[in-house]
Amino acid sequence: MKSLGNIRRDFAPWNQPDAKPYIQFKNITKRFGDFTAVNNLSLSIYEREFFALLGASGCGKSTLLRMLAGFEEPTEGQILLDGQDLRGIPPYRRPVNMMFQSYALFPHMTVEQNIAFGLKQDGMPKAEIEQRVADMLKLVKLGQFAKRKPHQLSGGQRQRVALARAVAKRPKVLLLDEPLGALDKKLREETQFELMDLQQTLGLTFVVVTHDQEEAMTMADRIAILDKGEVMQVATPAEVYEAPGSRFVADFVGNINMFEGKVADRNGAAATIAGANGLTIRTANAGDAAAGTEVAFAIRPEKIKVSSKKPESGDNVMEGEIYDIAYLGDMTIFHVQLGNGQVVKASSLNATRATEDPLSWDDKAWISFRNDAGVVLTR
Amino acid sequence: MKRPLSAVTDRLVIIIPYLWLLFFFLIPFFIVFKISLSTTAIAMPPYTPVLSLSDGVAALMSQLGEFSFDNYIWLTQDALYFNAYVSSVVIAAISTFLALLVGYPIAYGMARAPATIRPTLLMLVILPFWTSFLIRVYAWIGILKPEGLLNQFLLATGLIDQPLVILNTHTAIFIGIVYSYLPFMILPLYSALEKMDYSLIEAAQDLGCTPISAFWKVTFPLSLPGVIAGCLLVFIPAVGEFVIPDLLGGSQTLMIGKTLWNEFFANRDWPVSSAVAVILLLLLVVPIMFFQQAQARAQEQGR
Repeated sequence: MKSLGNIRRDFAPWNQPDAKPYIQFKNITKRFGDFTAVNNLSLSIYEREFFALLGASGCGKSTLLRMLAGFEEPTEGQILLDGQDLRGIPPYRRPVNMMFQSYALFPHMTVEQNIAFGLKQDGMPKAEIEQRVADMLKLVKLGQFAKRKPHQLSGGQRQRVALARAVAKRPKVLLLDEPLGALDKKLREETQFELMDLQQTLGLTFVVVTHDQEEAMTMADRIAILDKGEVMQVATPAEVYEAPGSRFVADFVGNINMFEGKVADRNGAAATIAGANGLTIRTANAGDAAAGTEVAFAIRPEKIKVSSKKPESGDNVMEGEIYDIAYLGDMTIFHVQLGNGQVVKASSLNATRATEDPLSWDDKAWISFRNDAGVVLTR
Repeated sequence: MKRPLSAVTDRLVIIIPYLWLLFFFLIPFFIVFKISLSTTAIAMPPYTPVLSLSDGVAALMSQLGEFSFDNYIWLTQDALYFNAYVSSVVIAAISTFLALLVGYPIAYGMARAPATIRPTLLMLVILPFWTSFLIRVYAWIGILKPEGLLNQFLLATGLIDQPLVILNTHTAIFIGIVYSYLPFMILPLYSALEKMDYSLIEAAQDLGCTPISAFWKVTFPLSLPGVIAGCLLVFIPAVGEFVIPDLLGGSQTLMIGKTLWNEFFANRDWPVSSAVAVILLLLLVVPIMFFQQAQARAQEQGR
């Protein structure tokens, strides 16, 4: 079977039936008064995994992280770390460390003292602390800033100090709460790769909370998409993108076009979907949706081709009119209004500097896509 | 690119506090200082020389020659003054420490209280100021005297069988000073604690601190500017305090404020009492300068 997208590294313990999860959330519920932040949630995270909790604000992702760190206790359920039940263990006795969204650097201490703080707390010998702090400073490339106070550093440097301080104790798990949230776009992109390298170098398990899907897609081995305190899908970035499990996930991650309709006819894996106003979509794989089921056919904009002339052949060809064009440099996004009134987003990569088939506003245009380009969603 | 007009108004705004200082601090201070260099006399006002230009410049110059530092030398010769200064500083220091012990937990509790009730708590701290200071100190006499409320309560509950002698002792002074100046301790502590990011404490705990060690390693050091401000706001007025030792401390307490009052009103020795006041001021300027330096350092450190 063809795999989806590109697999970043040969690491997939979640596919091995005998692999033991490192962190397990078992039927976790967390209520704050009347508000249920996390609702009967179960998750397994594996050792050395880079795991992302992705969701909009208020979806319960930060609460989940704080429960792992020990700042909140679950109302119901059990959290296991390396087989040990964490209930009742205070944050200062848990083998996890957290990098805070605000960084929470101690303003009255130098960079060095901040990094050494946790080590001193553990009663590590002085010489060893010095060595470890020097290693950490080297790791985050902040050697010459050792004697500075946090307020004398830039945002990016503070972020590194926070990171160094959190990994200095060599925790079993590193928790990162919106680690790149306060950085500007360019720095964020660089730092994403640095974080990935760091995780590889140290061989730690990372659990990162983020609302930025790009960040989660870039860094994580697997992503859990949360909504209203529940897990919508746990999968690799490629699976989340190419094979979303529900309308919510499809819509939440990236851009997508949705055609609501009914399965008209099934022929093995393939099916025909009857959409609104006589639209017919042929798909090679309709999953387990039986004929007559209400489904959504979802397709990413980059998988739709736009042309001014009717393609000679194709599994799905639809006629429409250019409604909007957005030229982004690396690609162009077309909004094409179909005969039934639905607007379809299609993006095309600007692989060459000149286009031989220029399209303009209100031009007649055809969109086409292959029968294996989209997914059929029943939920 | 400031317009000249706004530059002028900017200056004027800065000048106002300086004018205030000049008219209400520096000029009165020089008058007191001048009196401290005079000699006492049975006259009105009760000291010589009284500088005036009515007798001509030459007379004024000769009057200036009459100034002397004799009163300051006198202060060093009678142990009473030295003892009064020392005892004032000791009493003020102990009271300040006690106020810190009482005030810190209150300020901490306020800073950690839900944001909705914090304004109410602040109001409660400031509320006593709405009644006269003198009346509040008098009220303590009613509470602390041998047949007062406190003793009645303790006797009734059977905790003691003899009334405690608190009034007219140092204990009463400590109670009075701590009670009266507590808001000055609480407010700067509260403002220092309130703006502290709670995630710092979580970070400390995350890195292995128990709640108690997180307090000493993070919370307390970060509240130090508030601690210093609160201590100075209590210590400085407490050193020169007159009403509390006079009403609650009885006759045997020696405090510089009382000594000053005695010199001024009982002995009518304006020059010596002025000298006492000048020395007291110098004694207090030192901690104020220390305070300002600490503030400058805190500012340099930034938030």
